[in-house]
Amino acid sequence: MDTFVQEVLEAYQRDKTRLMDILIDIQAQFGYIPPAVVGQIAEALQVSRVDVEQTLSFYHFFSTTPRGEYAIYLNNSVVANMMGRAKIAKTFEDELGCKFGEVTPDGKVGLFETACIGMSDQEPAALINGVVFPNLTPFRVREIVRDIKAGKSPEEMLTASYGDGQNSSPLIKAVVQNHIYKKGPVLSDDYQPGEALKKIVQMTPEAVIEEVKASNLRGRGGAGFPTGLKWEFCRKFPSKQRYIFCNADEGEPGTFKDRVILTERAQLLLEGMAIAGYAVGATQGILYVRYEYKYLQKHLEEMIRIGHEKGYLGQNIGGKEGFDFDVRIQFGAGAYVCGEESALIESAEGKRGEPRDRPPFPVEKGYLDQPTVVNNVETLCSVVKIILNGGSWYRSFGTEASTGTKVLSVSGDCRYPGIYEVEWGFSVNDILDMVGADVEDVQAVQVGGPSGACIGPDEFDRILCYADLATGGSMIIFNHRRDLLREVILNFTNFFIEESCGSCVPCRMLSVIMRDKLLKILNGHGVYQDLIDLEEWGKIMKANRCGLGQTAPRPILTSLKNFRHLYEERLQDKDFDSGFDLEAAIKDACEATQRTPHLHKPERQETAYENELVGAIGDLL
Amino acid sequence: MSVVKFIIDGVECIAEKGEYLLQAARQNGIYIPSLCHLEGYKPRGSCRICNVKVNGRLMTACTTPVADGMDIENDTPELRDIRTAILEILFVEGNHFCPACERSGNCELQAQIYRHQIMAPRFPFQFPDRDVDASHPNILKDYNRCILCKRCIRAIKDENGKSFFAFKKRSHKVEISMDPTMKENLTEELAQRAMEVCPVGALLRKEKGYDTPIGKRKYDKQPIGSEIETAK
Repeated sequence: MDTFVQEVLEAYQRDKTRLMDILIDIQAQFGYIPPAVVGQIAEALQVSRVDVEQTLSFYHFFSTTPRGEYAIYLNNSVVANMMGRAKIAKTFEDELGCKFGEVTPDGKVGLFETACIGMSDQEPAALINGVVFPNLTPFRVREIVRDIKAGKSPEEMLTASYGDGQNSSPLIKAVVQNHIYKKGPVLSDDYQPGEALKKIVQMTPEAVIEEVKASNLRGRGGAGFPTGLKWEFCRKFPSKQRYIFCNADEGEPGTFKDRVILTERAQLLLEGMAIAGYAVGATQGILYVRYEYKYLQKHLEEMIRIGHEKGYLGQNIGGKEGFDFDVRIQFGAGAYVCGEESALIESAEGKRGEPRDRPPFPVEKGYLDQPTVVNNVETLCSVVKIILNGGSWYRSFGTEASTGTKVLSVSGDCRYPGIYEVEWGFSVNDILDMVGADVEDVQAVQVGGPSGACIGPDEFDRILCYADLATGGSMIIFNHRRDLLREVILNFTNFFIEESCGSCVPCRMLSVIMRDKLLKILNGHGVYQDLIDLEEWGKIMKANRCGLGQTAPRPILTSLKNFRHLYEERLQDKDFDSGFDLEAAIKDACEATQRTPHLHKPERQETAYENELVGAIGDLL
Repeated sequence: MSVVKFIIDGVECIAEKGEYLLQAARQNGIYIPSLCHLEGYKPRGSCRICNVKVNGRLMTACTTPVADGMDIENDTPELRDIRTAILEILFVEGNHFCPACERSGNCELQAQIYRHQIMAPRFPFQFPDRDVDASHPNILKDYNRCILCKRCIRAIKDENGKSFFAFKKRSHKVEISMDPTMKENLTEELAQRAMEVCPVGALLRKEKGYDTPIGKRKYDKQPIGSEIETAK
């Protein structure tokens, strides 16, 4: 054990900013991070043990206890539930004889829940030692458990053909399907690697930025900051070193477009990163990929290697003296909040993924305190097409204020869940039509994932654009058979609770208090005041630092606004209900003392004295 | 030194450029409530009660440098409500039993709650199950009272800059952990300092909890922040 850990520590030069990589390698080797190793890491990095633990304990996929030879992570997202996760979960538990959150007594199999793994078009899905098992059925689960018991490797357990496109390449070998149903500039097949690089070396960096500004391209992660402007800020901030980050930490439940782009258009993405590097004057790029996509690691490494071989990466790119740019991959370890750009940077520095206070902005003081641009996968891919065809060509797509295209990840109740690259300006109705949803039967659409908005049919004429329905691309469709509050809103709210970094007070605790209030209503204890409380309390969440904290109440708030009747029909016709369940509260004590108090007294007539008392109080009022 | 002018609730203020808003306001006799802020240490903006509106946008005063021409709202009904709510959340999140607490009267959470005239929290008490760690020779950690402000994390380090305290886990499960291997290094002086930087009674130096009698403690006579406002 010692030698392996030493080798890992040496491989990262005992650099504490590479703690994530160190922990990932050790977790992969042992299936957990043994307590003795925590001390060894702390000593080597010259930090306290608690400093290693604060990072380690932050990320979902790290553990200080063994997670089993086979660590099964079954997605618990809304879409997974809609596609029959409950039966899958039960079959796993029954067949393995252990519950979720546990490891079988022989230490062989661990069963865990995990948030959306980016497979919403092929749910229910699980990760087993990093290998994706999509489209699970109880039959399939029994096969898997049988194979586990027979000692097969996860790779040997796959029974279907590998997926389409690069999914079947020897470096990926995944049974994942791309499900690309509509292509546009980002996904089109006519891409020739290196063409855009040839073009930019004839331009000044300033001219490249101008071209991107002329395209009016805005960040595709959801926030929509103008890309050209971001690059300009970074370029102008005085520094010797700058960094380009590609944010491939797509964790918004229901989103999976980056998975497909990383699989099919990795060269395009790397070229976009190199262009960004040239424009802002950065020589190092970091591709931050969520842990759930670790099955793409070899493929991505190969794409980087090919980039070097062909001269798209490395030194003097495109024959231009001094145009140096290299890319390294940084994996996350399971934390939605790391999709926030400053949290992503913190994570890449080996720390907890807690968002930073702003100012200073990452373009001034980002990775290792140097000016840093963080761009979404899709943004960087779009840049390549803008350079090749010009900013005005790009503006011909979409609307005047929201130019270009958006790659949508569509899932839920529709015929063809998958990837659709559409121009901005499509209405929700257009999209429902396009993806084969039964429009009459659609109850609601979640636009932009849990942090977006839950809208009903009366708003389906709204259009996707930054001024109306801005979106990072997640679209989840719910038909009338879905219990919107219990199946969807509660799930989303629990997601935000689990994914909070825990730093800001309202995000850490108020989200829990609001969830409990929602549960009170769902459990039949709600009164009208509870709705008012939820609306008022939701306003306090805007005091949080980052987007996660500020949007955490949105599932509740947008459903309260757009589906108020679903709440109101659950309310009781009285003014007050504490929601307190006396029987449940004293259950343990009753069992221990073997006494059963009479909590629900039988109906009885008021005594004369009581009647008198009530009358007297009435007179007083 | 360059001087900037800005406005807080209609009052013109001046400060040195780059100064954090919270300090700058205090130099001008205006108190912006704070809890996680600790003079002399990098601000972290985690308690959120110093939220003000800068040109209409919510920002934490402890982390925002002043700039020329800033128009700041501080004492408005909206901001008072946000601060009151946050204090109430902190109060229900832990187990704060003031009458039995060694820190009563010196406690900043209690002082803020008095200043904001909170009678009863609007949120339900969580009554979490939390530990008291008395295993250390010099210091007692009563996690029931911790408000996760990170002051101890930021302020208490050994001579090599190594931490004694750190966050652990995330979400509402987050907690402060003490480094077990550094127990022998936490001197009496550091333990004393830890108790002083803790705004509540979560970190106490053993046998020193009741040094000053009740009635003579910091906030027994006047509300927190009033020394800044009266100095004006």
